[in-house]
Amino acid sequence: MTELLRIEGLRTVFRQKMGEVPAVDGVDLAVERGETLGIVGESGCGKSVLSLSIMRLVAAPGRIAAGRVLFEGNDLLGLPAAAMRAIRGNRIAMIFQEPMTSLNPAHSVGRQIMEAMRAHDRSLGARALRARAVEALARVRIPAPERRLHEYPHQLSGGMRQRVMIAMALACRPDLLIADEPTTALDVTVQAEILALLGDLQRETGMAIILITHDLGVVAETADRVAVMYAGRIVEQGPVGALFDDPQHPYTLGLLGSIPRLEQTRERLLAIDGAVPPPFALPSGCRFHPRCVFAHEACAETDPKLARVGADAGHRVACLRAPLEQFVSRAA
Amino acid sequence: MTAPLLEVSGLAKHFPVERGVLFSQRLGVVRAVDGVSFTVERGETLALVGESGCGKSTTARLVLRLIPPTAGTIRFGGEDITRLQGEALRRLRQRMQIIFQDPFASLNPRMTVAEILEEPLKVHGIGGRAERQARVRELLGLVGLASYHAGRYPHEFSGGQRQRIGIARALAPNPELVVCDEPVSALDVSIQAQVVNLLGDLKRELDLSYLFIAHDLAVVKHVADRVAVMYLGRIVEMAGKDEIFAAPRHPYTRTLLAAIPRPDPHLKPAAVASGDIPSPLDPPAGCHFHTRCAFAIARCRSESPVLAAAGGGNGAGHFVACHRAEELPAAVLPHGAAALPPNAERRLALYAELSRGA
Repeated sequence: MTELLRIEGLRTVFRQKMGEVPAVDGVDLAVERGETLGIVGESGCGKSVLSLSIMRLVAAPGRIAAGRVLFEGNDLLGLPAAAMRAIRGNRIAMIFQEPMTSLNPAHSVGRQIMEAMRAHDRSLGARALRARAVEALARVRIPAPERRLHEYPHQLSGGMRQRVMIAMALACRPDLLIADEPTTALDVTVQAEILALLGDLQRETGMAIILITHDLGVVAETADRVAVMYAGRIVEQGPVGALFDDPQHPYTLGLLGSIPRLEQTRERLLAIDGAVPPPFALPSGCRFHPRCVFAHEACAETDPKLARVGADAGHRVACLRAPLEQFVSRAA
Repeated sequence: MTAPLLEVSGLAKHFPVERGVLFSQRLGVVRAVDGVSFTVERGETLALVGESGCGKSTTARLVLRLIPPTAGTIRFGGEDITRLQGEALRRLRQRMQIIFQDPFASLNPRMTVAEILEEPLKVHGIGGRAERQARVRELLGLVGLASYHAGRYPHEFSGGQRQRIGIARALAPNPELVVCDEPVSALDVSIQAQVVNLLGDLKRELDLSYLFIAHDLAVVKHVADRVAVMYLGRIVEMAGKDEIFAAPRHPYTRTLLAAIPRPDPHLKPAAVASGDIPSPLDPPAGCHFHTRCAFAIARCRSESPVLAAAGGGNGAGHFVACHRAEELPAAVLPHGAAALPPNAERRLALYAELSRGA
């Protein structure tokens, strides 16, 4: 496998009354060609700002303050605007959570797909555009694509709208697709279909996917590697097998325990108390320590760095108390 | 034996679909709710589960008398409330409240939390000013918020906290029945768990009954006593919680179960019945589910199955509407062997122990 995207020391800040506060604070990540990287965390942990930073779509008062985003070795952050436009939507595409608000309600689905295609290839004639739009809809398994071209977003179900979004995103055959909570607003049955579709399309085209979600269940079913994000930082990352077999960070454990499981008989769900701190009120030391049941005094003082843990070479965690084995053995 | 708290029989709501304003022309009828019967006992949680468009939210609004039914009866505490009007209806509303899905849209941004919680008390003429303020403080404590939150506005709260405010508002007039309309669907998984636990605690403390609307059977497993699965306006299966999760009979129930993502990367995602829910304007003939059903036979396409007691097993109180319910193979549950890996399980147990101690 070869590396497609490498993020180094990325820091994205937002200007507020009290000065600049970080939403993404020193993130390092890599994505191989053809793989799926899952980025997991609660609302407000910085995962969406991270994806917008990759696309250079962070709007004022936000700005990328430091770091590099290397796409096939070229730093996207240093590119002129025109060169970035040639990559955005063409080589790296993005789909969002709410397919209703991402589509224009006043234009037919076909017109919107063709508009995106024409923006990237001005040489296409009307007939060729139409044929490619039909092909794009057929590729995301939309039945009767010729007829659907003339329909408007309100005539489609939530799942169909998300398929249209995926069709638009994949129209230029990107090497990387960033999917920001693509199934969060959908029914579980439709979610399963969309995730299966993304997997099929990945096998057909060989594209890499960055899947952003708050649900570890979704990650388990789709991702090759996982990064868990908290308060602007990655707190644990590794291959999906290692992370689920041997979860190390208390935050990862909390996310795992929150998932309602069918086979579980316990009445109460494990919950993480409290909420993600806002970027202007980050706790000292480990940013998770006020919510952490394993925390001790040192956690409030020392900021833990990502370090290797467990049996897998790619598995890393930022926790002073790792491995939690010391407690496990005492409890046993 | 006392009458159930809520008893709904043959409930239906049909929405006419028309074109034009002056000389309007009827195009058809959407049978959003099409002959639904169920009961909710005192202290019980009944979950209504189904995909978007199955009629579960319309059923909730009918039960609350927010919209008039086309047919059927609703009895609350033994009394027929189907045609209740005026003052009697207003007094009834004190006894049945609702928690909405979207905690961002359901709180007035111009009111403080204290004003939001006081409003239902004022509307129902409960207590004087001092008593109402004491009640507001009590409600905040009940849902795990602090008394200094009373003076703040909704935008100052996170999604999970806002949902707690919505819950406190529903509890303000001391209702007997609370309709929860997808109360956790808009929240992060970690916050969902907090709210699900809170709803369970409140039910035990205050002896509440819930009608719990959801599209996710995994959440339902943790809140419901009984489960009714709806598809295109009809109940297709209804049973006690343990029964429906251990031995789901209807192919649609099995589809919903299979669709739940499982936190285990070693399991292959289950194959799920494909296709969208058909238009309720023109539902398929026979069994509504036959277009997506892997077990459909000719009879399913012509004859509509009725909800009947499921035979075999310990099926008391288990009802299913499927021609083939008796002959289907036992459900192969995708989550059969899915315990977490030993390391994860051990650490989660420790996590649970420490959070209890805290």
